[in-house]
Amino acid sequence: MKFIKRIIAVAAVAFATSAIAAPAANEAPDALVKRISSEVLDTAKTDKDIQAGNTKKVMDLVETKILPYVDFERMTALAAGRYWREATPEQKRQLSTEFRTLLIFTYSGALSQVRNETIEFKPLRADPADTEVEVRSQVNVARGEPVLLNYRVAKTPAGWKIYDINVLGAWLVETYKGTFNTEISKGGIDGLIKTLAAKNKQLASKPLATAKK
Amino acid sequence: MSRNTSVLLALAAAAALSGCAVGPDKRDPMETWNRGVFKFNDTVDEYALKPVATGYKNITPSFVQTGVSNFFGNLGDVWTAANNLLQGKGAEGMSDVMRVALNSTFGLLGVLDIASEAGLPKHKEDFGQTMGKWGVQSGPYVMLPLLGPSTLRDTVGLPLDMSADIWRYKDPVNVRNIGSVTRVVDQRAALLDASSLLEDAALDRYEFIRDGYLQRRQSQVYDGDVPQQTDKEENVPDQPAVNPAGAGNAPNKQ
Repeated sequence: MKFIKRIIAVAAVAFATSAIAAPAANEAPDALVKRISSEVLDTAKTDKDIQAGNTKKVMDLVETKILPYVDFERMTALAAGRYWREATPEQKRQLSTEFRTLLIFTYSGALSQVRNETIEFKPLRADPADTEVEVRSQVNVARGEPVLLNYRVAKTPAGWKIYDINVLGAWLVETYKGTFNTEISKGGIDGLIKTLAAKNKQLASKPLATAKK
Repeated sequence: MSRNTSVLLALAAAAALSGCAVGPDKRDPMETWNRGVFKFNDTVDEYALKPVATGYKNITPSFVQTGVSNFFGNLGDVWTAANNLLQGKGAEGMSDVMRVALNSTFGLLGVLDIASEAGLPKHKEDFGQTMGKWGVQSGPYVMLPLLGPSTLRDTVGLPLDMSADIWRYKDPVNVRNIGSVTRVVDQRAALLDASSLLEDAALDRYEFIRDGYLQRRQSQVYDGDVPQQTDKEENVPDQPAVNPAGAGNAPNKQ
């Protein structure tokens, strides 16, 4: 009941400015992140299959609800740093795809562990003219201090898109940058692609970790 | 404990000086040494701590686990309060003092965290953060045996953090020891899900943890409000001008 109420409330806010169910291109960045996270969290909390660790279900949720709002190419480019400019278009494509798959696995793993957490958003500190903003939130957990969860969001022709996430104070791109750097200096961009692909293959063959054992 | 720490620092310094530092990362000149310790910690965790923590998590009712972590969390709040005050954050410090007062009394010696529910959020501050706030740079990354990731600055602050731990002075000794073990197991149990996630996400866990940890500490020093860096670190490649027109237009290509 609460779920339905929340969806309706969120939907009302999110779609107030748009005609149909398509996400509004002029939706404010914080409203966008808020909408996505409530939708995803509510689904993750109520869906029995997801709670039981159904990998396909979780990944479907991530694919449909989150991915359209993430700029993976930019994320990969930032993580690859200066090497990105040296990469061929084909390498860029492969690298983004593999990195994207890895993040989907990770994110899906995190989602299937969601239980009683609630998200609280902090007021957006940005100018209406800004094209890059940081949306700040925190996840309140059952015990311990709240977990920081921030997003870097940029305005693109297709609307606002997330290009970096901060968990517990660490930016995802920055955290991967070191690893990417090392892998590329060891085996070039192809080496990194290969390492990522091997990692993804290993993750695909293993069941999703869930909070309940 | 402080003697152990100084032995450790001496060892770390020796490792750095002996030229085994080949790490390309400027923040981690002792990488070879650190990786060795990391491996050691991993082995201890795999064969001792993790199995025990997993058992604890599966057997103990979750309200007991929450109680245990609240109890020790409440003891830790005392030092957090002191550090917040040392950092000149009066409001947070007073809020922490109120937390301890509330939780120690109405919260049944800290077992219930009623202060959080009353709107006094939990903070976590240690002396390393306080020194960071005072302007002390973090120094090189240090992997401590059993204790895990740290930096030179935080390692220097550690003896003080340890002597400020109230549980250290708990009598009788057997109760203290049982409590200390329970605390460690409980803390590990709380991280079980996170550590399995970490295993999925990282290509090289050592590097991933290091790069995440250093950012996290920086963020903790600034309480989540890290100023934008203008000067770029040498070993980190600069961010290219990305997202050429239309890059964001193909959201879902497989």
